[in-house]
Amino acid sequence: MPLLELRGVAARYGALEALRGIDLSVDEGEIVAVLGANGAGKTTMLRAISATVKTSGELVFAGERLPRRPEAVARAGIAHVPEGRGTFAQLSVDENLRLGAHVRRDRPGVKADYDRMLQRFPILADRRGQAAGTLSGGEQQQLALARALMQRPRLLLLDEPSLGLAPRVVSEFFAVVGELNEREGLSVLVVEQNASIALASSARAYVLEVGRVAVAGTSAELQRHESVRRSYLGY
Amino acid sequence: MPVAIDWAGVAQQVVSGLSSGGIYAMLAVALVLIYRATGVVNFAQGELAMFSTFVAWTLTQHGFGYWTAFVVTVLASFAAGIALERTVIRPVERSPVLTTAIVTIGLFFIVNGAAFWIWSPEVKSMPNAFSTRPIRIAGVAFSISDLGIIGVSLLAVLLLWLFFRFTKLGLAMRAAALNPDSSRLTGIRVSWTIALGWGLATALGAVAGLLAAPPLGSFDQNFMQPILLYAFAGAVLGGIDSALGAVIGSLALGVFLNLLGTYVSWVGTDLRQAAALAVILVVLLVRPAGLLGTAVVRRV
Amino acid sequence: MSRVLRVGAGVAVAAAAVALVLVLPHWLSDARAAEFARAGCFFIAIIGLNLVTGYTGQISLGHGALMAVGAYTTAILTANHGFRDLWTVPLAGLVAAAAGFVVGLPARRLSGLYLALATFAFAVAMPALLKRFSGLTGGSQGINLFDKALNRSTGALGHVHVLGRTLATNDFLFYLTWGIGLVLAGAAWLLVRGRVGRAFRAVRDSEVAAASSGINTGFYKMLAFGISGFYAGVGGSLFVLVSNWFVSPSTFGFDKSLLLIVGAVVGGLGSLAGMAVGALFIQFVPGWSANLSSAPGAPSVFFGAAIVLVMIMLPAGLGGLFRRLTEPLTRRL
Repeated sequence: MPLLELRGVAARYGALEALRGIDLSVDEGEIVAVLGANGAGKTTMLRAISATVKTSGELVFAGERLPRRPEAVARAGIAHVPEGRGTFAQLSVDENLRLGAHVRRDRPGVKADYDRMLQRFPILADRRGQAAGTLSGGEQQQLALARALMQRPRLLLLDEPSLGLAPRVVSEFFAVVGELNEREGLSVLVVEQNASIALASSARAYVLEVGRVAVAGTSAELQRHESVRRSYLGY
Repeated sequence: MPVAIDWAGVAQQVVSGLSSGGIYAMLAVALVLIYRATGVVNFAQGELAMFSTFVAWTLTQHGFGYWTAFVVTVLASFAAGIALERTVIRPVERSPVLTTAIVTIGLFFIVNGAAFWIWSPEVKSMPNAFSTRPIRIAGVAFSISDLGIIGVSLLAVLLLWLFFRFTKLGLAMRAAALNPDSSRLTGIRVSWTIALGWGLATALGAVAGLLAAPPLGSFDQNFMQPILLYAFAGAVLGGIDSALGAVIGSLALGVFLNLLGTYVSWVGTDLRQAAALAVILVVLLVRPAGLLGTAVVRRV
Repeated sequence: MSRVLRVGAGVAVAAAAVALVLVLPHWLSDARAAEFARAGCFFIAIIGLNLVTGYTGQISLGHGALMAVGAYTTAILTANHGFRDLWTVPLAGLVAAAAGFVVGLPARRLSGLYLALATFAFAVAMPALLKRFSGLTGGSQGINLFDKALNRSTGALGHVHVLGRTLATNDFLFYLTWGIGLVLAGAAWLLVRGRVGRAFRAVRDSEVAAASSGINTGFYKMLAFGISGFYAGVGGSLFVLVSNWFVSPSTFGFDKSLLLIVGAVVGGLGSLAGMAVGALFIQFVPGWSANLSSAPGAPSVFFGAAIVLVMIMLPAGLGGLFRRLTEPLTRRL
């Protein structure tokens, strides 16, 4: 049984239909990528999962109906790193990390994870007391990831993590995500415009076009797929 | 020939001004709390404080001591604030801010009217919180009441600061006020943090009213209205989106108004209020963000 | 095709409103007509407030003070300078418009809460200012138009002769206020649909975007305050003439400013029909509340409860309900 399953999910902004019936799944321990042009509905799809937009259709997580309020989705074990990272710019790095663990009740576990985050992301350790808004783009991306990990989620949703970042920073980021997936079995659903790195880092992928799934398959297949290559990989 | 300054007198007036300022600060912080959580100024804040004070007065009339009534009333006001938010404010949570503002205006009428309905309009007086004897420090006589009020206000502010800085719930409330959408993604129940904010604000208002009533000698159902005006002035002076600013602004305003009243002879009570209004206008014209608020984006 | 029908519907509504105003006094008792006349004054002031808050998005807690400016202008000119009372009404409007422009000056730089606080300070300061300049304003005692031999069309008790017909005084006052109200409402309607109205709404929806499109936002904000000042001044001026022929600093205290904004929002910002409903709300609901119980403070409780209930059930105001009912008719066409 997949960890996350979407069946016929639709969503609209007023009169505008952003999603017209999405079927998608993520298995436990998988990294799944979602590609598509601007306006294809990728961000809306993540919002549908984290219940920050009204949806119709079936959303099932770990065998149960996914709650329709964002706080409850977070408690169910899904961490959503939104577009623009969603860090609290006026709060310090330390406070941002502590907020990530808001849903958890195991104090010793939180402390242990906190120390691990600082180890894994030494930059954050250096800037612990600084306001999050003063960090560079790449550092904020690390902070956003660390904060989401503090939640100890079963599923991580990433919305365009490469946006505004230098290529080297982007590869490092995806390397960390890959490592987390391999070593700790973290499941990831990543929405990306940067198709090449997304396909290189994921096991399966979907391509969205105008609110629908246009192509689906393993990432290897998509990398060879004629129209995907032309539209999204540029060759 | 230099004029001899009566330093003792100035010191007494400064302390007295800080005492008034402490009261204004309680109400000002309450206003800032709700403003930062919801973007709305709670017009009924003063009347709620007044209502709490009347409840406490009733307790003292039934044999409870001042401080017992104080604790019971502050706790009850906290609960009442939460209840109010859940019943009256939550339904309009998703509506434009102006709708909520009008609801607080309606609340103003309700609470003010209820106070007249429940208690008679004759003036009342509250037993003293502190001893009325003066105390000598460095040879200058100060009122214990003034020092006591300053102490209680500062303690309240300190407790609040500790709560927001060091507790999980306090951090969640700050986050919810800064960025409700991101907060929800982290699992924070933003709606409840707003209720909690109302609870704290109403409790603070109760503290303000309870500290203000005894020194007045006698008070009636309208007694918090001037204090609300001073609280606004203090909050504007300090920066309406900064709790620390509200405290500093209110203390400064208290001292300023007191010195003005003492040393400028033609300033009576009416003029004190006018002076507060003038402070509001001058700050808004010169530097709307106040001393510590975040700078307002000016020209496009 | 739908445009023609929409205009047609608008004309029909306007015709119905005019007909209603013409006919209503026949069904009203004398005392009621007087109350409606007072509501008419609020109607005019609220239209002005709606221009500033509903269409330009600037919150004003100071319109009671602008009504006071108009009221005092009429009182001073009629009582102390022998002007004919009705002719002072447009003058009162102009003086209040000037005051509105002055209030609008800080509005160029302030918005939201800061503007609300500035207008709040203005409203609270007004009674104190009026008391201070007692030479001009009669100080705390105010100005009495009642027992003087003045050049007055509205002061006669009993009957008024106008345009060759005889009307009960209160009926005349009803027609006076609601007639002027309809005319001014029509003018506001035209304004809102024109270039100025579009500029106002651009400022309301996004000051940054409006400024980037070359709209002088500061100018339009001032203009909104000035025009709404005119309306408030006319309303205040008429209020003196139709209520007690008396004005004092406490007639237009901060509570009036609060009532006006309550009326505007309860009526429904952005809806001219709503403005009439809002005016009726703030005129009549306090009275009904007093009828429910005469215990001290009880009317206030009921009035406040009415405000809260309306806002919870109809966040867009009563006028929003009106629009929601008629929208299905006009949308599909």
